[in-house]
Amino acid sequence: MALVEQLKGGLDAPICLTWELTYACNLACIHCLSSSGRRDPGELSTDECLAVIDELARMQVFYVNIGGGEPTIRPDFFQIVDHAVASGVGVKFSTNGSRIDAAVAKRIAGSDYIDVQISLDGADAATNDAVRGDGSYNTAITAMEHLYDAGFGAFKISVVMTRHNVSQLDAFEALAARYGAELRLTRLRPSGRGADTWDQLHLSQGDQRALYAWLVKRPHVLTGDSFFHLSALGESLPGLNLCGAGRIVCLIDPVGSVYACPFVLHDEFKAGNVREQGGFAHIWHSSDLFTSLREPASPGACASCGSYDSCQGGCMAAKFFTGLPLDGPDPECVWGNADDELARIASAAMVKPSPGPGHSKPVSISLGRRSPVTH
Amino acid sequence: MGGRVRTVALHLHSAYRLHASVALRPEPFGALAYHYGNRKLVFLKSPMMVEVVRTLGDHPSIEAALTAAGVPAAAYEKYVEALASLERSDMLEVA
Repeated sequence: MALVEQLKGGLDAPICLTWELTYACNLACIHCLSSSGRRDPGELSTDECLAVIDELARMQVFYVNIGGGEPTIRPDFFQIVDHAVASGVGVKFSTNGSRIDAAVAKRIAGSDYIDVQISLDGADAATNDAVRGDGSYNTAITAMEHLYDAGFGAFKISVVMTRHNVSQLDAFEALAARYGAELRLTRLRPSGRGADTWDQLHLSQGDQRALYAWLVKRPHVLTGDSFFHLSALGESLPGLNLCGAGRIVCLIDPVGSVYACPFVLHDEFKAGNVREQGGFAHIWHSSDLFTSLREPASPGACASCGSYDSCQGGCMAAKFFTGLPLDGPDPECVWGNADDELARIASAAMVKPSPGPGHSKPVSISLGRRSPVTH
Repeated sequence: MGGRVRTVALHLHSAYRLHASVALRPEPFGALAYHYGNRKLVFLKSPMMVEVVRTLGDHPSIEAALTAAGVPAAAYEKYVEALASLERSDMLEVA
């Protein structure tokens, strides 16, 4: 059996596990896929977090992608990271950079097991701050300078592609080069607050073709495998080119709920909670949801399209939150095969699945020397 | 990448072992190998390949490891190619 077919059937443990440590965030990005802002009172305790790490170590999960919210806001952030490293579980964490001062940069630069990803959604302050909030560009750049000065090496600059920053690809590449960083580009999803801003931010067909042409020439640019729907345009982009949800990917949210991927924080895609009997391993191996996601998928309305083998029908989350059937084309299908259905959904004013209220309520968090930020 | 000139040519008679920073995780198709230093992830696509890689350091040469794992001589060339590719990703180191 081909490797990709094996992967579709699921692995003994995830390759790419995202763990959102908190819903608390000092920013309120307009596309936040977890609708973060305020801490949830039910978030996992320190002991529960350490127990999750122990379980991941037993399953031989090589590394965990820690995010949020802003994960460094948790007072026990480094206790959790240190426990992971000591247990042989590597950590890559995503941050807006507000807590990466010189001391923190030096601390994390000392370990091979810790990697960091700075979020930046514009190559200049105006473009970035329109999405991520006033001052967030300068915060991210300051963090990059600290990492560079500390000799961290190749940290990641992580960019969500929008129609406003897609013309800045070369500038992002130059920025990464300046700090010895690697560039990582990911796809905007209509998840969380992204559901409300999708129409104003997502790429046009022309943008998608330009991005594909740029990526094909730069196999070293990281994409988290998130643009596999663009492989319909020609040769496949580097990566596995498949939807990994519940197969090689999953997400643990701050209250311990396990979802099929980071982009589907919705009850439809909730497989269980790490607090339940059997914990994470039982959910990964035996939950009904993950078991069904590992069964062969039907191409549905895409069966007659010659590109299905390349794009696999695209992203489940993007379809779900735009109200499209899961066994049909992606809303950003490069051949426009979802356009009629999207128009029908819009004209009928059909109710799309709601990501729920999330945690987007006003928050005021004091970060070190910085003034409290209020939204 | 990096522009480093490699002077080591991996061949049947050289001795290698799994790099100290690499972990192997068994999977139904073979195993995943992950390098904590350069963060590369590699798929080992057959149980026999996994056995060779896992036991490489126990043998004085690649040939001895292949023989012990039961690899047929006709497949040695393919295995050496696969091991050379792993060595280029720093998954193996000279023993």
